Amino acid sequence: MKTKNNLSWKVCGEAGFGIKSAGMMFGKIFMRAGYEIFDYTEYPSLIRGGHNTFQLIVDTRPVNSVTKSIDILVALNQNTISENLDEVAPGGVLIFDKEKVKVSPAKLQNRKIKGLGLPLTTMAKEAGNPLMRNVVAIGASMDLVGQNLTIANRVVTQNFKRKGKKIVDQNIKALKLGYDFAKENFQGEAICHLPTIEKKDNILITANESLALGTLAAGLNFYVAYPMTPSSSILHYLASIAEKAGIVVKHAEDEIAVLNMALGAAHVGARAMVATSGGGFALMVETLGLAGMTETPIVMVDVQRGGPATGLPTWTEQGDLQFILKAAPGEVQRIVLAPGDAVEAYELGTQAHNLAETYQLPVIILSDKFIAEGNTTMPLPSVAKVKIKRGKLLTQAQLNKIKEYRRYKVTEDGISPRALPGMKKGLYIANSDEHDPYGFSEESSENRIAQADKRARKLESFAKNLPEPLVYGNPKAKNTVVIWGSSKGVVLDAYAHLEAKYKKKIKILQLQYIWPFPAKFVSKVLEASKNTLLIETNQAGQLGQLIAQETGIMIKNKLLKYDGRPFFREEITKALKKF
Amino acid sequence: MKAKDFDTSYKPSWCPGCGNFGMQIAMKNALVELGLKPENVLIVYGIGCSGNGANFTKTYVWHSLHGRSLPTAVGAKLANKDLKVIVMAGDGDGYGEGMGHFIHALRGNADITYVTHNNKLYSLTTGQAAPTSDKGTKTKSTPDGLIEVSANPMALALSAGCSFVSRGFAGDADHLKELFKSAIKHEGFSLVDVFQPCVTFNKINTFKFYFDRLYKLEEKAGYKSTDIYQAMKEALVWGNKIPYGLFYKKQRDTYGSNLPQLQGKALVKRPMKVKDIKALAKEFA
Repeated sequence: MKTKNNLSWKVCGEAGFGIKSAGMMFGKIFMRAGYEIFDYTEYPSLIRGGHNTFQLIVDTRPVNSVTKSIDILVALNQNTISENLDEVAPGGVLIFDKEKVKVSPAKLQNRKIKGLGLPLTTMAKEAGNPLMRNVVAIGASMDLVGQNLTIANRVVTQNFKRKGKKIVDQNIKALKLGYDFAKENFQGEAICHLPTIEKKDNILITANESLALGTLAAGLNFYVAYPMTPSSSILHYLASIAEKAGIVVKHAEDEIAVLNMALGAAHVGARAMVATSGGGFALMVETLGLAGMTETPIVMVDVQRGGPATGLPTWTEQGDLQFILKAAPGEVQRIVLAPGDAVEAYELGTQAHNLAETYQLPVIILSDKFIAEGNTTMPLPSVAKVKIKRGKLLTQAQLNKIKEYRRYKVTEDGISPRALPGMKKGLYIANSDEHDPYGFSEESSENRIAQADKRARKLESFAKNLPEPLVYGNPKAKNTVVIWGSSKGVVLDAYAHLEAKYKKKIKILQLQYIWPFPAKFVSKVLEASKNTLLIETNQAGQLGQLIAQETGIMIKNKLLKYDGRPFFREEITKALKKF
Repeated sequence: MKAKDFDTSYKPSWCPGCGNFGMQIAMKNALVELGLKPENVLIVYGIGCSGNGANFTKTYVWHSLHGRSLPTAVGAKLANKDLKVIVMAGDGDGYGEGMGHFIHALRGNADITYVTHNNKLYSLTTGQAAPTSDKGTKTKSTPDGLIEVSANPMALALSAGCSFVSRGFAGDADHLKELFKSAIKHEGFSLVDVFQPCVTFNKINTFKFYFDRLYKLEEKAGYKSTDIYQAMKEALVWGNKIPYGLFYKKQRDTYGSNLPQLQGKALVKRPMKVKDIKALAKEFA
């Protein structure tokens, strides 16, 4: 038996076949068995039909990317053979429904793929419901990876508990039928060995959900959104726990209403957040300017997908960076954060409102579909380090001591004391027009300059406290890979699997706090770098453009991908080995 | 409190004779008579001549974007239900760019008051046709006459579930003050669409135009403001006679009143502290 202790497993079929639910159950089984998981799903924007895929990586080390190659492919429809068979690695296994899927044995033999055809439809019917083909296939997969059904039975029970005992029993039977069939009929060795290892306190979560948890930990109490893939699962999650968490979750009529509603709540003192994708963010842009002008703290999330326009609604891209940096008419100060994975999404989620309230401006979190919808294992998050920082928000007692309150008082750090509606002696106009320190409309040049400079100083104040970019690999290496956002997972995973002779030649620079830009730090790293490679999922190399703008350094060597697919690990490994 | 306690140091920039003056004094008197303190009132202004009023009223004020005042007001009210939230918008502002928000805010019935300064034109931008302008109206943007028929705020509000539908007139300040008071007291979304003649650009819908045509629904024999069918019939009246006053009022759940998490203290008056999310996170295990 091979000792390979990682697995790339993929299930494919039409929308409506239970592709995602099968994948999620498979992932939970191995998380419970002590493994690290990352999953990746491809699906067209429709409800029935089409071709959906769900890929899962199981590993003993933390994983945040997928490989192109598949060890076990589960084909629930014929399309899988034409679309995905080429992805199966030599020595891999095709599990297929032999009643629905035709594949020539010669073809499999040529590619050194072992076939396991099961009468999935008949078996699922025997278990009680023809829809359970997916569960039978999970059962068969368990045998192939040397894992018994103990944990699988538990996961299936938990998954279907609310549907009643009959459904649970049917699913347990489906697992067993698949498992037994594979045991009796599969010719050859299991392709990997994944026994239960150890119990960890892990959870299986997407960056959308971990971001929501992070903001909740830090006091989020007002969330407004309009559904837009791939941001919608933040709305779904927060709506599902709103009552329990004691927060307001509002599905508003459009993205313009979304941000204005959130600003209304933030203005009176709520910790408010909105999330959308690029198209929805575009609708929020005028209001983003209003947040800047009124100096209202707000957290905005852009979960990027392929653009422009409707673009590639269910695919991934980092195409909004340059848009986000400047979005809004006029000059609007903002802080831009880009989490690289679910753990960072949680951590930045716990910071975002503190930054928004401290500097009284919009904080934008840039994520993308790859991490926003990909489940990953992460340790149970802790609130031990989470703090609530509300900056210069006044109490009534502090306000009472101020002789003549000025909401937009010109200060050295640019940050002015903030009163909330309802407080005595704090009346002011939160004014969309340029305004004087009291908030009255005022267009004189002296006032305009004083207020514009004051707003700009807030960002300069933050820049003094800006966390440094993250550096991985050999800090003394002469070769530098520059990344941001979701490329982190695939680059670090590929790096981890490199041989030592490659590893020592490479360092990786990740920009997480993207704006204000850490120019000094980046300049220093890049000036010392002999070869620099920029890796991004967009066409123009937008982070490269930003680096050029802020440091004068042009990165010529770029690995860019913009077909909606994430980087697969093989592509990055190849690039890293070139150093 | 007196009306002048709601005055700011800022001198109004409206044209002499503008209907906005009458509206403003009616609103200030209404606030005084309701015993409201400036710090407990948040007025959200739109953009336009009406929006310039943001500088002239001493309460907490949010001076919004063109057309976007309603969602801001709803958000503020949900987060702090102790505030009286009033929106002052223009007809171009509120029924043009803001029309979508108007219909959806009516559906939700948040406990806010929506006052529209309806001069049947875009006046701050020098008199172009508004959604409320009548078909055929000649303006700079419609030199051959407006092709569209006018939007009917009363009928729209009635059909979209508004729980307090009314029309005021800037030339009848006492009536308007009472209407504002009823609207602010009403629990739910109250609409007061106010005919506010633009003395500079609108030569048709003048004070005299309205004095000659308006009749009060409160004085109409047999009129019941609880009957939506009667209200809709009056809403469609336009011509030699035009109704004003309270068209319709019906109590129903306000947005938020049925949310368990909004019972008790206002959301923003609860302590802001770190929330232990362990139990929530464990659901992902």
